[in-house]
Amino acid sequence: MALTEDSSLILKSQHGDKRAFGQLVEKYMQRAYFTALGIVGSHDAALDLSQEAFVRAYGAVGRFDVEKNFFTWYYRILKNLSLNFIRDQKQHARSFSEIGEERVQQMQDTTSDTAKIVEQNETKELVWQALHALKPEDKEIILLKDFQDLSYKEIAETLDIPMGTVMSRLYYARKALKDKLSKVLL
Amino acid sequence: MSKQLSPAERKKFEILLTKALDDELNTNEKGTFEKYLSDYDGCRIEWLEFKQLKEVTKDMKLKSPATETWDYYWVSVYNRLERGVAWTLLSIGFIIIFAYSGIKAIEALITDPGIGAIEKIGIQLLVLGLAILIVSVVREKLKVRKSDPYKEVRR
Repeated sequence: MALTEDSSLILKSQHGDKRAFGQLVEKYMQRAYFTALGIVGSHDAALDLSQEAFVRAYGAVGRFDVEKNFFTWYYRILKNLSLNFIRDQKQHARSFSEIGEERVQQMQDTTSDTAKIVEQNETKELVWQALHALKPEDKEIILLKDFQDLSYKEIAETLDIPMGTVMSRLYYARKALKDKLSKVLL
Repeated sequence: MSKQLSPAERKKFEILLTKALDDELNTNEKGTFEKYLSDYDGCRIEWLEFKQLKEVTKDMKLKSPATETWDYYWVSVYNRLERGVAWTLLSIGFIIIFAYSGIKAIEALITDPGIGAIEKIGIQLLVLGLAILIVSVVREKLKVRKSDPYKEVRR
């Protein structure tokens, strides 16, 4: 079986070649950073967590099956680190989501005429807040598709789910977001 | 009265709607989707609502950091890896020195003729208890590590 570029780099990394691992890091660093940013919402934390996840991935690379997708494996490490980070920052995270819910609720309470004159930037801010108020799995798939422009295939690989599930999950996630923003978008 | 979709058709429409939003429909699917829109008022309304949402989210992108961030990204990961190795070596060195000093100290206490037999038994029991405790903790950690799917994750 022919080795993919990633598999070959992983094999080298498994033999202690840090430069090969560096190439993997450089290939996925932006995707990793934006994934973390989508979950934690802070530049510094996203940078720190995405780098820490690479360090942990290197520490465990010996146990990685080269036939599997590297980013899917890395993504799980990063996601768990990010969720742990959020749990540690629980107090802060709770107040942020409460503010988000409150703002969306305020918009839902206003008349549709008022909603129509909301400036575009303000609408985006509300969308962002509504997004953060969604269930984590809904937020995750919207971020991957609409904010990171990943294809269905890439999302399926990242989340290790079938393509059909990607589309179905996207539908329900967008529906949840649309419902939260119904008055703003009308 | 407007027509209703069967559950199976509803599922099919949801997938087509998602693909239409992401511009992923092929020619056949496009035809089927357009038929849904013309035959079912509910589908057309839902499509317009989703399209409106997509209009807003399509321009929303996560803010990119300064370009230097990417220039130093790997260097930063590398430094962390290097420091990780340094901390591991330091810890191993510390454990060896600490264990060696401990053994020597206990040896000196046990062989000291000035210390009574009861105290010597006490010291030996203390060391034995400590050794059993360490072995038990290490064994438990190793067992968890073997079966824990989230072993790479900090708790």
